[in-house]
Amino acid sequence: MPNPPTSKSFNETQRPATETETMMSVVAPAVGWLVPGAGHLIQKRWIRGVLLLASIFSMFLLGLAMQGRVYKPNGGDILDILGFIGDVGAGGLYMVARIAGWGEGAIAHATADYGTKFIIVAGLLNFIAVADAYHIAIGKKP
Amino acid sequence: MNLHLSHFSAALLFAVFASVVFGITQRNNTRDMVRYGLYCFAMFAGGVILAGWVMWVLRR
Repeated sequence: MPNPPTSKSFNETQRPATETETMMSVVAPAVGWLVPGAGHLIQKRWIRGVLLLASIFSMFLLGLAMQGRVYKPNGGDILDILGFIGDVGAGGLYMVARIAGWGEGAIAHATADYGTKFIIVAGLLNFIAVADAYHIAIGKKP
Repeated sequence: MNLHLSHFSAALLFAVFASVVFGITQRNNTRDMVRYGLYCFAMFAGGVILAGWVMWVLRR
C-alpha cells in the first residue's frame, strides 16, 4: 500500500495553483506579447524586463531605420508567410508599424534586407521572451 | 531616417540583442545568464568572422 503524501511533498510538488498564479500565467504572456519585456516587468523581474524591452525594441526600430520591410498577412509565398509570422511576434510594435505605414517601401539596397531580418528576428525573440514570462508565472523558473 | 550599416556592424548589433535575450531566457540564475549571454555573443561574432574567412578562401 503506498504511503500517503506527507504535508511537505504535497506543498512542494502537488500544491494547487493559486488564483493569482493562474491569472498571471495568462496575463503575463499576453502583456509580454503586446509590449516586449512587460511580461517580466509585471512579475517584478525589473532588470530582465528592461533588458528584454531594450533589446527587442532596439532591434525592431533599427530594422525600421534600415528601411526594412514589414510583412502583411498573406497567403502567397511560404517565405512571406513565415516573415509575417515572425513580424507578428513583436505584438504592439508590429501593430504600431502597420498603423503608421512604416516598412512598406520597396527594398532597394542590402541594408534594407538586413533591416527586414532585424524586424523578423525581433518578433521571434519576443516569442521566446513570452514563453519565458509564462514559465516564470507558473513557477517553473525563478 | 535611413540607417546604413555595414554587414559586419549589422551582424554585431544582431549578436548583442539576440545574446541578451538568449541569456535571460535560457538560464535560471543571474550568473549563468551573463555567462550564457557572453557565450552566445562570442559564438555569433566568431561565426561571422569564421564564415568571412571561409568565403575569402573559397573565392581565391
